[in-house]
Parts: sequence; structure tokens; C-alpha cells
Amino acid sequence: MNILKYILKRIVQVIPLLFIVSIISFFIIRLSPIDPLAELRLNPSISQETLQKETQRLGLDKPIPVQYVKWASAFVKGDLGITSSGEKVSDKLKERIPNTLLLTSIVIFMTWIVGIPLGILGAMFHKSQFDRLLTIFSSIGMAIPSFFFAILLLIFAVKTSLFPVGGLTSFDFDEMSLGGKVLDLARHLVLPVTVLFTISLAGLQRQMRANMLEVMESDYVKFARAKGLSEFKVIFKHALRNALNPMITLLGFEFAGLLSGAALTEYVFQYPGLGRLILEAVMKSDINLVMASLMMGSIMLVLGNLIADILLIITDPRIRN
Amino acid sequence: MFKQIMKDKYASAALIILVIMYLMVLFADFIAPYSKDFADRNQSYAPPSKVFVIDENGRFSRPYTYNYKREYIPELYQTVYTLDRSQKYYINLFNRGEEYKFLGVFKTSRHLFGVENSGRLYILGTDINGRDVFSRLLFGGRISLTIGFLSLFILFPIGLIYGGISGYFGGVVDMLMMRFAEAVMAIPSFYLLIILAAILPSNMTSTQRFTLIVVILALIGWSGFARVVRGMVLSIKNEEFVLAAKTIGASRLRIILKHILPQTSSYVIIAMTLSVPSYILAESGLSFLGLGIQQPDASWGNMLKEAQEYINILYRPWLLTPGFLIFIAVLSFNLIGDTIRDILDPKGQIRE
Repeated sequence: MNILKYILKRIVQVIPLLFIVSIISFFIIRLSPIDPLAELRLNPSISQETLQKETQRLGLDKPIPVQYVKWASAFVKGDLGITSSGEKVSDKLKERIPNTLLLTSIVIFMTWIVGIPLGILGAMFHKSQFDRLLTIFSSIGMAIPSFFFAILLLIFAVKTSLFPVGGLTSFDFDEMSLGGKVLDLARHLVLPVTVLFTISLAGLQRQMRANMLEVMESDYVKFARAKGLSEFKVIFKHALRNALNPMITLLGFEFAGLLSGAALTEYVFQYPGLGRLILEAVMKSDINLVMASLMMGSIMLVLGNLIADILLIITDPRIRN
Repeated sequence: MFKQIMKDKYASAALIILVIMYLMVLFADFIAPYSKDFADRNQSYAPPSKVFVIDENGRFSRPYTYNYKREYIPELYQTVYTLDRSQKYYINLFNRGEEYKFLGVFKTSRHLFGVENSGRLYILGTDINGRDVFSRLLFGGRISLTIGFLSLFILFPIGLIYGGISGYFGGVVDMLMMRFAEAVMAIPSFYLLIILAAILPSNMTSTQRFTLIVVILALIGWSGFARVVRGMVLSIKNEEFVLAAKTIGASRLRIILKHILPQTSSYVIIAMTLSVPSYILAESGLSFLGLGIQQPDASWGNMLKEAQEYINILYRPWLLTPGFLIFIAVLSFNLIGDTIRDILDPKGQIRE
């Protein structure tokens, strides 16, 4: 029961947090010198009626706190307004968020599968030639700017035409068989995944290696060795479990980093994700879209941290008490 | 500490590279053959100049170069640059070029190297406006390599004082302050960055814009830093020397500033060196998107903007050079940061 109570407490804490986030982002955007309806006004296909409706919905004729309340209550109900090209914001988000989640979850999955073992190996063979090599590679991975790496991969893709450039699906995606669809998606995902994978792998490997090294110094590992356990058992039964816990906290941060990092990568590869959506929205000063995607990004981040916290409770009994 | 850094093979190499980079950037006016705004409209996307040391008779000669002739070939729909072999231009050391103020002190027109006025020497080619990429790299480096540092000098005092107050006062103050900091952290930083940059009015001078970008970058990072400082203050504030200061009757502000915060200095130094690279990356990303430093000013990020087009990256690889420089600068800062951490915090007690 203790676990459930703690989880519930964490979930309840999220609500005031999101409330403050919404106030901050609302005021940043509303206090800026941008007319929220400028684009709509210039768009000839938007009728006067829609404009009126938007003005009323946002309460632009009223003071700012009233506007906030109006906006927030509409947001909670799921009414996010329309974009400057007249589409519903919620539809746009529904189309983009899964793409970003797909990209980030593949990347996180792959970095864990590869990064954790590499971190363990780095710590096991501490200061060996192999460890040096890994350290050099991770330094390089951490230093390369994501957009620059993306451009280099683009050159590679264009020169070899091995991978399609841009987008998530080919133009004839709808006519493909199921297997063909999966293959097509995978081919489009290779390049953006490679960029984000390389960059987050470097950080994860370093962190895991540092954790392992720290745990290996601890008394209980020394004791396990003194007991005469095999090195394999010492590492995988005693050291690894303790070294993994901080990584779970890191999972939340990794997710946050990926959301931000993905924006530039999505931009270079023309990948239809949330990051590119918010970029386009910002450039067109499409206020409704900016507000909504900013909030969705924050919600995703907060939820990511929440999931990491809950996982940690399950794996680390010390926190429960 | 300097001696210890020099002991590490990688860190000392990184330090030397950074010193060279900063010196080159500092003396950009002198080293660059052209000013950042010098543009030859007839030489847009000219490839790097070819430098010859053996003349047409097969004899060694002083290094010289030829100008490029631009021709449009209608059959290929392409503009082609060919060497104009009619006139040789010798490369001169301390060449007379555009006038500038050396380090802002005295006027001179000597540049480290260059060719006569009618000749053109582009060691890394030109951009779309016919501006020398090499010269702009040096001037751009001034912005790209300093903007991160400037932001840190705003961010760290804010974070220190915020975290210090929050941790020392505790209670409701702490709770409110921390909830606010957490909320700022909950917004994906890059999203916040582009939004703040995008609401800057477009009619600013480049100095104003530069200043505001510095402030924006600082606004992104303070919260995480403040949280760590708060945690450290919480553990320090019950130590005896704080109690002693209290008994003497020191004011709370004095205790925070003079007694508690200095205790966090090794963490601050580590965090600062380790976060320089992320600010260099943030600025270049922002400028790459066209939201940071604007043309005609140069920064490594906005120079890379031209490399977004397929044609450019395939046929004009010299436009990619700013990317390599960002990479080298960030890598060097990381290597030095790691070494400094190992020196100041050998047991890895300070956790981020």
C-alpha cells in the first residue's frame, strides 16, 4: 500500500506544477508584442466570423488575467483553438505528438540497450585501452552539434541515396502492404534516430560507467569479492543493481533532453514531429499553436519524470520508507 | 590547478587549442584578410583559392594565386568558376588591405597576409554574398565563443542567490521558490529558447540583439543550477561556523553571501566549465534556425544556415567549416571540464 500512496502523492504534485508552467508560458507569450491574430487576419480564407469567434474565445477584449482563465479552461476541456491556416490545433498535435514519441522512445530504448552494457564494460576494464577508446568516442559524441551531425548524414544520404531524405513516410505510403509500411517507416527513421542515438548514447555510457565505478568502490562489493564470489556474480548481482538506480532518475532527464534535442534534428530532416511543429509555429507567430505545443511538451516532460520516479520506487525499496 | 591540467595529455592539448582559438578571434581584424562585411558580389560561392608554389616553368616561386572567373554555362544550367591565369597575385605577409583599428587602439591597414587589392584570396571559399568564409569564421568566433561565457556570468549569480535564499530560509519561501524553479525546468528548454528568441522585436541593432540573446540563454539555465545550490545550502546551513556567524549577529544576507555560498565554489567552478559547451551549442542552434545572431553579423551557427540546402552541402563543402569549429571548441571545453572536475572533486562527491 505504501507504494500506491507514494505514487498517488507524486501524481497529485504534478497538477500545481503544470499550473505554474501554464502561467509562465501564458505570460511570456501574451506579454510579447505579437498580435495573436495577425496571421489569421492576413489569411483571406479565414472568414470574419471565425476571427470574431477566436477573439471571443481568447477574450482579447478583456484584461490579461481573464484571458488566462478563459484560455486555461478551454485548454482543460480540450479546445485549443485554430492555427493561422485555419486547422484545429488539437488535430495538428494529434498528428505530430505520436511521431515525436515514436522517435524518442526508439532512441531511449536503443541507448539503454547499448549504453548500459558499454558503461559496465568501461567500468570493468577501467583505465584499459578499451575504456580509453570508449571515453574518446563518448567525448566526440557529446561534442558534436546535433544539427551539424544531421547535415553530415544528409550529405551521406543524398550521395549514396541509401536512405530517403525528409519526412516520415514515402508519398505512396497508403498503398503499401503492412510489411512495406513498416519497412518504409524504418527507412525514414534511420537517420534521425542515428543522430539522437549517438548524442544521447555518449552521455548515458559516461553516466553508467561513473555509477559502476562508484559502486565497485563500495564496501558491499568488496565484501562480496572477499566472500569469494565470481567476478560475474559480483558485478551482475551486487554492483549492477545499485548502479542502475540513478540511471532511472536520469531517464526523465534524458527524455527532456531528447525533446529539446529532437527539435533541431526534426528541423533538419523535415521530420513531422512536435519539435518542428513548434518551430514552424514560432516562425509564423502562430500563438495558439505555440501555446498548445509548449504546454504539450511540458506535459510530456513532466509525465516522463513521473514515470521515472514511479519506476524508481518499484526498483529501490529505500525510497518507499 | 593549471599544472595539473597540463599533466593530462588530452586536457593540455584541448587547452592549447582553445588558447589558439581565442587568440585568433581576438586578433581577427589582423589575421583575417578581409573585414566581415567585405563582399564581392561577382564571387558568390567561389571555391577556395588555389595557392601555387611552383610556377608554370616548374620552378619554385613565392606562393601566388589566381583570381576566379565566373562563367554561366547554359547547357549545364550551372555557374562555373575557372582560374583566370592572365594575372598572378603573390601572397604578401603584412599585406596592405582595408583599414581597421588594431584591438580598438590604433588605426592600421596591415593584415597578416593577403594579395593586392585587385586580387582575391579566399582560403575557405566564399558564401552566397561573396564574402570570405575564413574571415567571417574569425569574426563569427568572437560571438560564438564569448556568448556562452557572458550568459554564464549572468546565470550563476542569479542561481547562487536564488538557491542560497531558498535553502537558507526554508519553509514556505523555499517551497514557493522551488516550485517556480521546477516549473521553469518542466518546460523543454529548447522550446522556451526559441519562443523567447522569436518574440524579440526585429528592429533591434545587432548589439541590442546580442545582449538580449545572452540574457535569454541565461534565463534557460538558472533553475537547474539554483536547485543544486539550494541542496548544498541545506546541508551547510546547520554547520557550526554558520551558527557562530549567527551568534555574532551577522545579517542573514551576510551569512548567505559571505559564509554559505563560498562553500559551494568547487561545485560552481565545475558546473561552469561543464556548461560552457552547452551554451555554445545553444547559441549556434538558435542562430542556425535564424532566431539568434542575424545577418550581416557572423556567428558559427548562422554561417551554417547556408549549409541547409542540399546543393550547398554537395557542391560547396567549405560552407561546413563552422560546424567543425563548433565541434572542436565544444570537445575541448568538455575535456578541460572533465579534468577540472577530477582535480577539484576526485571522489565524485558532487553530484549534478
